[in-house]
Amino acid sequence: MSGKDVATKMKTRVILGEDRILHGSSFDAPTSFASVGVENGLNVEKFTEEVKVEVNDVSEDGNDLVFELSGVDAPLANTLRRILLSEVPTMAIEIAEFRDNTSVIQDEVFAHRLGLVPIKADPAFFETHVSGNEHTPENTLIFDLNVKCFRDINNEVVNSKVFASALVWTPFGEQAERFAENPPQVVHPDILLAKLAPGQRIDVRCYVTKGVGKVHAKWSPVATASYRLLPEPVIVAQPKSEEASRIAQTCPTKVFDIEDSGELVVARPRQCTMCRECIRPPPDAQHSAHGVYTPAVELRRVKTHFIFSVESTGILPPDRLVRDAIGVLKDRALFYAELFDQKDFEEHMAAASHSDGDDDASDDETKPMLE
Amino acid sequence: MGVTSDMEVVALVGSEHQRALAASLEEAGATGVSTQEQALAYIAARMQAHSRRGYGSGRKSRTEDARELLASVVLSHIPVSAFNYHAKVVYLAVMIRRIFEAVARGGAVDDKDYYGNKRLELAGQLLALLFEDLFKNLNAQLRKHAETVLSKQNRAAAFDVTKWIRHDTITNGMVRAISTGNWSLRRFKMERAGVTQVLSRLSFIAAMGMMTRISSQFEKSRKVSGPRALQPSQWGMLCPSDTPEGESCGLVKNLALLTHVTTDSSDDELAALAYGLGVEPISMVSGFEINTPGVYLVFVNGLILGIHAAPNELVAGLRALRRVGRLSPFISIYRNDERETVHVATDGGRLCRPLIICDEASGQPRVGAVELAELRQGLRSFDDFVADGLIEFLDVNEENGAHIALYEREIVPGLTTHLELEPLTLLGVCAGLIPYPHHNQSPRNTYQCAMGKQAIGAIAYNQLTRIDTLLYTLVYPQRPLVQTKTIELIGFHKLPAGQNAMVAVMSYSGYDIEDASVLNKASLDRGYGRCTVYRKYAASIRQYPNQTIDRISARPADVEPGSQYEILDEDGICEVGLAVQEGNVMIKKESPVNTSENLANLDAQNTTLYQPSPLRWKLSIPNVVDKVMITSNASSSVVIKVLMRSTRRPEVGDKFSSRHGQKGVCGLIVEQEDMPFTDEGIVPDMVMNPHGFPSRMTCGKLLELMGGKAGAIEGAFHDGTVFAGDPVGELCAALIGAGYSYSGKDYLTSGITGEPLSAYVFFGPIYYQKLKHMVMDKMHARARGPRAVLTRQPTEGRSRSGGLRLGEMERDCLIAHGTSALLIERLMVSSDAFTVHVCRECGLIGYKDWCQYCRATASLSAVQLPYAAKLLVQELASMNVVARMRLEPL
Repeated sequence: MSGKDVATKMKTRVILGEDRILHGSSFDAPTSFASVGVENGLNVEKFTEEVKVEVNDVSEDGNDLVFELSGVDAPLANTLRRILLSEVPTMAIEIAEFRDNTSVIQDEVFAHRLGLVPIKADPAFFETHVSGNEHTPENTLIFDLNVKCFRDINNEVVNSKVFASALVWTPFGEQAERFAENPPQVVHPDILLAKLAPGQRIDVRCYVTKGVGKVHAKWSPVATASYRLLPEPVIVAQPKSEEASRIAQTCPTKVFDIEDSGELVVARPRQCTMCRECIRPPPDAQHSAHGVYTPAVELRRVKTHFIFSVESTGILPPDRLVRDAIGVLKDRALFYAELFDQKDFEEHMAAASHSDGDDDASDDETKPMLE
Repeated sequence: MGVTSDMEVVALVGSEHQRALAASLEEAGATGVSTQEQALAYIAARMQAHSRRGYGSGRKSRTEDARELLASVVLSHIPVSAFNYHAKVVYLAVMIRRIFEAVARGGAVDDKDYYGNKRLELAGQLLALLFEDLFKNLNAQLRKHAETVLSKQNRAAAFDVTKWIRHDTITNGMVRAISTGNWSLRRFKMERAGVTQVLSRLSFIAAMGMMTRISSQFEKSRKVSGPRALQPSQWGMLCPSDTPEGESCGLVKNLALLTHVTTDSSDDELAALAYGLGVEPISMVSGFEINTPGVYLVFVNGLILGIHAAPNELVAGLRALRRVGRLSPFISIYRNDERETVHVATDGGRLCRPLIICDEASGQPRVGAVELAELRQGLRSFDDFVADGLIEFLDVNEENGAHIALYEREIVPGLTTHLELEPLTLLGVCAGLIPYPHHNQSPRNTYQCAMGKQAIGAIAYNQLTRIDTLLYTLVYPQRPLVQTKTIELIGFHKLPAGQNAMVAVMSYSGYDIEDASVLNKASLDRGYGRCTVYRKYAASIRQYPNQTIDRISARPADVEPGSQYEILDEDGICEVGLAVQEGNVMIKKESPVNTSENLANLDAQNTTLYQPSPLRWKLSIPNVVDKVMITSNASSSVVIKVLMRSTRRPEVGDKFSSRHGQKGVCGLIVEQEDMPFTDEGIVPDMVMNPHGFPSRMTCGKLLELMGGKAGAIEGAFHDGTVFAGDPVGELCAALIGAGYSYSGKDYLTSGITGEPLSAYVFFGPIYYQKLKHMVMDKMHARARGPRAVLTRQPTEGRSRSGGLRLGEMERDCLIAHGTSALLIERLMVSSDAFTVHVCRECGLIGYKDWCQYCRATASLSAVQLPYAAKLLVQELASMNVVARMRLEPL
């Protein structure tokens, strides 16, 4: 391999060794590979040309989305992931006013459970409620929960279980008209919140406000949002047929196939879960003179190809979440861009770096500008 | 004692020891003791003359006293009737023979640490002793009283002793002993504290552990290893892991899972049965027969019953009787071939445990597949197995003569007599919780035994209806993913104390050094480690000697928000469900101003005068009123109990521990997005530093993680029972099958950079316990605050918002460092600086501008010194010691 090839491989691929991961980190300096003639700088035109988004899979209920984001570096993909987790706003119960609770479950525990119930309401219609301020129809939704458990005439216990469906929306102000078409409700009506015995009652008024996951996980719009790099198992040296069939068989996700010619081929690379069975030395492994085992397969991942998975809690569809996340990122970028444009910014920065080396402009100030 | 010839003595002790006895026999001849009379006189001459022995009439001769002494004091456990000393003589002879054997064979001595030679003292025996002491005290009192009354010359009425029996002497004595735990019985030279203990209900495991605890009588302060060491004979009886660290290490132990402690059972019919099986009564045999080789002495509870020439038949016969239920199942029968004795024990306090009986010839265990099937179907129970002679209880002594196979495959036909029920039963309750303990370094298991008791979790099904002084409960307890058989047997899975945390074993942030762990904030938001603390507060309504009584006054009519009466209900007691802030009144109690003077002497106005004595909330952390109970106590005064509750989420400094003696505090709480994540998007709840492993060698924890991960994938609980448990190979296969690495190590991506980590990380669920030590209960700081009255120095301790002591060693540091100004500031200015005026002439403390001693005004100087020093000078002065201060200009 030429120096250029090696450099390109280092730059674009993660190599999974048996006991370590090589070239995981990105190379920031534009001149990192200058000696071998590989360019490593940022290029807006090239970036816009290369970046690609392809939707892979949407689950039946529409809450899970898998899409592929390629042509970007880890920081950008990670920023998107981080914003999805903690900065896309949603609505969640923030204040629970207990009027009555004779159940065994403690007020604060029940309140905690209420807080975690996803509420289907579009946060775009609301302002953020500042703690201590008055609740207004513009920043708050009200839900009431009033359940009493009793025995009916057939002596059967009614309402022994309190489900999320017991949370009933009470229109606040002119909200009844505003949300007539799309009334706020709980996403999953079947979440068990509490159990009651006959005679016990829970009566709570809940104030639903807008917030972000950074403050409390209940406002996080996703169950999880994460990505993995595109797996790229490569057969570096065609193994003997026994070895080939062993590798094909030991792979739990059936990544490899054996051709009629007896050749081992990578058939389904996306199924690879990085279990490293294919590069694990078998008990009778042939080690080199230095005690090194060279597997037939090299496990690689493409550094710039992210298989993104967004699992929405059901409040908002995942595509909307991704859009919102990009919006948050854009707003943030524009804020900083504006900051840079200010005349006194440079003087300001100079003064700041004199007094205090640290400033607010963190890792996401330059790259997001490319969006 | 009826043995008058030397030949008889030699025969009793055994003719092989004739040479050893010779010196004694010669001495007897030399001192002129050759008849019984002479012998008694010899003893009598060496006896302390007791003026009154017994209640017998008249004085006895000294030889009679000696005879009495031999009958009642020497070897008093052997009954003597009509001065027939034969049994006693035989016993004495056996004792002498043992001494000779020990000398001759060098070390044929009993081991006092051997569990067969130990007995546990049980409640019944202790209570019996207590009762005997109290009863005898009562009798003595009565007798003393009767004697004083009856010795009076002229009595008007007939003396009726029953009138003078105090009804409560015994009751009070017992109540006092049981409530304090102090057994101080001078009659039996017994002085013991902590005999009764209040059962700790802090956690389910703490209660279980306390109920299986055994504390040794041995002094804690002595530094000897013998009694503390692990004794081979405690195998299966006492847990080898569960003992505290520190001074009581090895002295406090815990029972193993299946141990049974015997209680006294009768040995009445035993003698008849033994005679029926061919035992020759001891009264019928002479020394010659006793010492014939191959003839075994038969002991019942330490008394010599007789001899038997075919001990095997006797032992087999008695065991057969026990197995068919003719004898108590807890009787122990064992043969000692070295000493040629057969011991039968029916006494209480022996440790014994059940074992499966194997057939003698074939070695076939009597509990097989058929029996187990019946057990599973509920057709037969464990007790039926014992009753049917399939399982029997062996104590430590009898265990010695048994050949016990650990597993069925190890049975040797013709040799094996018993089969172990299950190897896990050799551990106790606390050690039984640990998964894969046989892979851990042994002290780690011991640490976990101590720590499991501090874990917060569910304590009982009625935990929410109880009113405990202090109760910790976990909001969302989980049963461990890796279980053990013991957990199922004791029901820990129904009352768990911990949660399965997703753990990444990696270094993260640097806030995880020294066993600290990093927690995921989102996990805490979702309820991980959340616990509720309940604490009881009580106020009693007391009645005073002058018949005045405390009262609860009603809530004032108009209570504004922010008032101290904010949380009161109409009745003046706090309302359930409200949050109590610092300074709030919880019970608006009022006490009469005058509690001593007689009501009649007080005017009407004075009787209605009350002053407030409320129960207030003093802590700065608000709590919620959980329950209010109004009840009365033993002295029938009304008590109002208020149960306060606070729910806490974990914070930096809270203590967590896995089940492998690996405790650590939370060092940092990190946002979910900063945590590393796997390809599937799984984020750890906790990051543990890998440095915890090499020195601790808790391989069990590694296996627990593997098992937990496999279990989580399969949706099943995995088993980590001692010496059993799911093998690693199976766990690895399960991991591979689900597309994970066999090693349990996963590819993680950093949440901060978004790039892959450069190493694979050991990742999976481990059962973590939250321990009761939380920073909220411990944190403390003080700038200014209360001072002690006497010394004017800052108070001590958190509860009095005291200062932090700059101790001797810290002081030494400052001295060595030469920072004298700092030293003065810390030791005086910031503590108890005080200005006195000292007379330059006499050196005594005077007033400003006046020395009382010199009666002069001219020579006083203001001096700053610690108040404690001024106090010392004045206290010395009060004892007529004068301390003068010599002042010099600077």
